[in-house]
Amino acid sequence: MKKYISSTINHFILSIGLLIMIVPIWIIFASSTHSSLFINTNGLQFFLGDNFIENYSRVLFKQSGFFNEITALKMFFNSFVMATGIATLSVITSLMAAYGLVYFKVKYATIIFWLIFITLLVPLELRIMPSYIVMSKLNLVNTFAGLILPISASAIATFFFRQFYKSIPDELLEAAKLDGTNSLRFFIDFLIPLSKTMIAAVFIFMFVFGYNQYLWPLIMTTSEQYWTVVMGLKTMYGSISDRFAFVIMSMIPPVIIIIFLQRLFIQGIFQNK
Amino acid sequence: MKKVQFKSNYSQYFFLAPQLLILLIFLYWPIIQTFKDAFTMQDAFGFGSQFAGFDNFLFIFSDPSYFTAFKFTIIYSFVITLITGSIGLLLAVQANKVMHGKSAYKTLLIWPYAIAPAVVGVMANYFFSERYGLLHHLFNNLWGFNWYENVFDAYIYVIIAGSWKQISANFIFFLAGLQAIQKTVIEASIIDCKSNIRRFWTITFPLLMPTTFFLIIINITYAFFDTFGIIDTTTIGAPGSETKTLVYKAYIDGFKGLDLGSAGAQSIMMMIIVLVITIFQFRYIEGKIHYN
Repeated sequence: MKKYISSTINHFILSIGLLIMIVPIWIIFASSTHSSLFINTNGLQFFLGDNFIENYSRVLFKQSGFFNEITALKMFFNSFVMATGIATLSVITSLMAAYGLVYFKVKYATIIFWLIFITLLVPLELRIMPSYIVMSKLNLVNTFAGLILPISASAIATFFFRQFYKSIPDELLEAAKLDGTNSLRFFIDFLIPLSKTMIAAVFIFMFVFGYNQYLWPLIMTTSEQYWTVVMGLKTMYGSISDRFAFVIMSMIPPVIIIIFLQRLFIQGIFQNK
Repeated sequence: MKKVQFKSNYSQYFFLAPQLLILLIFLYWPIIQTFKDAFTMQDAFGFGSQFAGFDNFLFIFSDPSYFTAFKFTIIYSFVITLITGSIGLLLAVQANKVMHGKSAYKTLLIWPYAIAPAVVGVMANYFFSERYGLLHHLFNNLWGFNWYENVFDAYIYVIIAGSWKQISANFIFFLAGLQAIQKTVIEASIIDCKSNIRRFWTITFPLLMPTTFFLIIINITYAFFDTFGIIDTTTIGAPGSETKTLVYKAYIDGFKGLDLGSAGAQSIMMMIIVLVITIFQFRYIEGKIHYN
């Protein structure tokens, strides 16, 4: 009996938590299925309306922005290119750099180590103005390279891979050396397959991180052709239900990724601890 | 560093080169530029600049709006850390106890973590709008809510918007931390101590210390940097500059006000703050906590 009561309390508290996390999104979603006229007269809605298909297809394909040069579909495309680019580039460069640091005797190792890891102290937000000036000097404003490269300049993934490599037993390398495996083969044939979970976790993390960027695309894109979803949200004009629909659509890609790959993601994080 | 390593004269640089190259061009170059900006004074028309020593730093220290931003950032970080940490812990403890539906709760509580702060801000905007806003109406009925004139109300607005999605992150990490505690320790403690609440504070919570401190750092970093998207889509710093974070103020002064010197000096001040937090984390916290 006592057990029953305490378990009811547990479920009750968890349900309140669920309500806090889900109700706001549900209300925006429900409101996005009504016509703007209805919202403007009746406020936010809790129950579904019947303008779902109409609203969402209008938002996806309608030209918007200041100069009506971009559709939401194109913004999704841009966000995907940006997020995939950031995730791919970070994974590859960090995987390699961590290998170089852990498995080799490097001259000036301490200096290189600090050169890489001190960058964790300087997130993009702290160097936003000078970064913009550097990018315009390099002619990278309004390019995908300009959106991707400065955000990939991060050592967070290197840190994770380095921790992971350090946990791999030395015997693996000893055995590989006996077989006469060279460093590139060891990296490709042994380490990369071993790090699969870590790679997936870092990729997911960097993809969501890249997709959710707001300030950098805001500064780097003066042409609407390069607008991304998250930055387009604030600048996109349209009726109120169009904006609700766009808010809901904007959160779908990262949320789906996290829900379906959560086990992988959490495993990856905690392999390190 | 491994005991067994490859001996090579150049391969290691092949592996290090891509990352170092990207860091040098896209991180070190702008950082050097930041330091240059911080120590030069540009005239208002952009015709020339001259070495200014610490003038830009003296300027921000004498600027009352810098202290307002400083004060707000500290309050904001503290409140967000406290709210999201305690709600996250409470939910994680419950989710760890239940027999049924554990993974359903986990999935449903995790996903707001993936939503961009700017998107959360736009959503909060609707809930606090005078026209549609449910929360606006609720608070207005309670005490006459008016966030663009009343500082306290503006704080409530940005704190709710800023805390919401961060509850998920705290929940995930606390739950993982709880699951990592060995069953035998818990079973042994049940024999020694009958009270659930006392057992939690004397056995479980100390064992969660590494997770707690990790999350404090995560939450502070979030409140400092990631909330930019939230501020920019909700209050835009209003009323006055009362809800500008340090990052937001540096952006406004640099990008909108075109005062590179002041923005550079503010960036360097923030680097120092981040450095202090990090040193504190490594020296003090890592030394005091026992990892099992």
